[in-house]
Amino acid sequence: MGEILPLLGQGLLESLEPLNLTMLLIGCVVGLFIGAMPGLGSVNGVAILLPVTFLVPPNAAIIFLAAIYYGAMYGGAISSITLGIPGSSTAVATVFDGRPLASQGRADYALSIAAIASFIGGTISVVLFTLFAPPLAAFALRFGPPETFALMMLAFATFVGLGGDDIPKTIFSICIGLVLAAVGLDIVSGRPRLIFFDLSGFYHGVNFLVLAIGIYGIGEMLWTLEQTRGDVQVHKVKTSLRSLFDNLKRVKEYFMTSVMGSVLGYFVGILPAAGATPGSLMAYGMAKAMANDPDTYGKGNPKGVAAPESANNAASTGSMLPMLTLGIPGSPTTAILLGGMIIWGLRPGPLLFTEHPDFVWGLIGSLYIANLATLIFNLAMIPLFVKVLTLKFTILAPVIFVLCIVGGYAPEQSLHDVWLMLLFGVAGYLLRKLDYPVAPAVLAIVLGPLAEQSLRQSLLLSQGEMSIFVTRPLSLMFLLAGVALFIYPLFVAWRRRRRDAARTVEGTTGT
Amino acid sequence: MTVRTAELLMGIALALASLAFMYKSTDGLSIGWVAGSGPGAGAWPFWLSAVMFLSCVAIVIRTVMRITVQSRSDEIFMDREAVYLIGVTTVALAALLLGTYYIGIYISLMVFLMFFLRVLGGHTWTLSIVLTIAIPIVVFVFFEYLLVIPLPKGMSEPLFYPIYDLMY
Repeated sequence: MGEILPLLGQGLLESLEPLNLTMLLIGCVVGLFIGAMPGLGSVNGVAILLPVTFLVPPNAAIIFLAAIYYGAMYGGAISSITLGIPGSSTAVATVFDGRPLASQGRADYALSIAAIASFIGGTISVVLFTLFAPPLAAFALRFGPPETFALMMLAFATFVGLGGDDIPKTIFSICIGLVLAAVGLDIVSGRPRLIFFDLSGFYHGVNFLVLAIGIYGIGEMLWTLEQTRGDVQVHKVKTSLRSLFDNLKRVKEYFMTSVMGSVLGYFVGILPAAGATPGSLMAYGMAKAMANDPDTYGKGNPKGVAAPESANNAASTGSMLPMLTLGIPGSPTTAILLGGMIIWGLRPGPLLFTEHPDFVWGLIGSLYIANLATLIFNLAMIPLFVKVLTLKFTILAPVIFVLCIVGGYAPEQSLHDVWLMLLFGVAGYLLRKLDYPVAPAVLAIVLGPLAEQSLRQSLLLSQGEMSIFVTRPLSLMFLLAGVALFIYPLFVAWRRRRRDAARTVEGTTGT
Repeated sequence: MTVRTAELLMGIALALASLAFMYKSTDGLSIGWVAGSGPGAGAWPFWLSAVMFLSCVAIVIRTVMRITVQSRSDEIFMDREAVYLIGVTTVALAALLLGTYYIGIYISLMVFLMFFLRVLGGHTWTLSIVLTIAIPIVVFVFFEYLLVIPLPKGMSEPLFYPIYDLMY
């Protein structure tokens, strides 16, 4: 504790440096906007705007992107409440009670709850983050290649066990990401791998940004174009700034719910497969289950807005914990941040805390500032954002396409990558229509090189004996947890089938 | 095409792609143990592609046996309007990329924006023209001037000489 405070102070000071602060403030506003626009969420914003950050040093870049992540979590509530359509998937649960509140003419109240609850969620999770990160990083320093590899397998297993998607499709998604990461020159042998059609563009590999922008930029835009048929419904919304501040005084109505949502969201956010979306849905469910008046949920209960909004902000901070300390992203958005760190020449993982303390603590400090800045921006600019929401999607879409194309070209400066990106975009769109999860692929392409390297190093250590992964206690523990996650959905399905069978038997005997 | 057919075709297409990945992984590379240097260069992609292939087989089997939601759905996978909207957008993006090789990215961008805003979006001439001119300028200033990343200009390169003179 005594060691953390001075470091945190330094981080806060660093995030207040003029360049960093400017990037932070711009990031918050851009994030709010991205979160509020239906069809764009934090992951889209971070993927599309990552190439833009090549302009500034890594410390400012990560602060900018983290601020977008943060702002988007706040912004999602704006369209959930005023339009009744979630601004991003993370704000789905906010619609349940936010929309009824808005139709009762209390949209301003709902918006202020969302902002305050997000602030509570952000604050609690950042404090938890500050306390957990250094000891976890210190613990992770003991990891050798086998532990790293086992931990990554555990991260992928969470998608199978907790992702809730079709299992063969999830496994396919993980593997294609890992295989795409292997394209290009092999680091160990120097041999070219998977050079399809002898295209020279494959020699520099498939940059994770190509996949991320393809899926979350192009694919997402195609998806939204289809959903909205090129037009976002325009709703008239009235909000008054004056009543917004009166509403702030009613925090105690939903304070405890927000605290609960924050803690739940934080821990759910740490898991790679779960994130802000399931976190906010779970927080909503928990708030409803523990309420004295569950009937009022879905009809405009303030707590029904507070719970998911505090949880999604807390989850976004939670997902940064494994990213910074273990080098395993806790969400697709942090996977892209992690990929960015590799581009900037930083090696993610526990060593980051000792080798680049300014980077880590600057980021942590910026989270505190961003949280406060977003709250203020959010409350002050709600009328403006509501106006922006009426923007036609056919204006936004071409602008995003242009950003994607130019952003996909910038990292390697090869048109080959942009073609590949377009291919991934269309494929990602089609796969998404068939409910293939795409997030595991993005996580896998970022982790792929590291996963392969740690596997090969482990096997070299053990002279080819696979047993190295089970004879080391930590790696055995990770693998066992991974196996448990693999078995879990099968167990659930088996139990359901048995219960259904029992019910049919009961039904036949009853008649 | 129904969702069920689409699911089946996608499963088969992905299975074939997995086989291509497996074949390509063995292309001059070792997929087994190389004495002294650990697993061969092709081992990682080969065995993962094999898992990909197996999961595709599982997807196809589950579709045939009507286990998954998609395999029981007789809804239309993409209706006519969706095919048109997505098709036109994809072709426009491909044309933008193709045009980049010849007339350069900036002129291609302008054609793309004009098409998307005016023809597809049905926006006013004023808005379309303003954005068609403004967006490429912003892209130029940001990437060429601030980031110093030259974007491909094709045969439109001479048009930029006067601007280069101003910049450098």
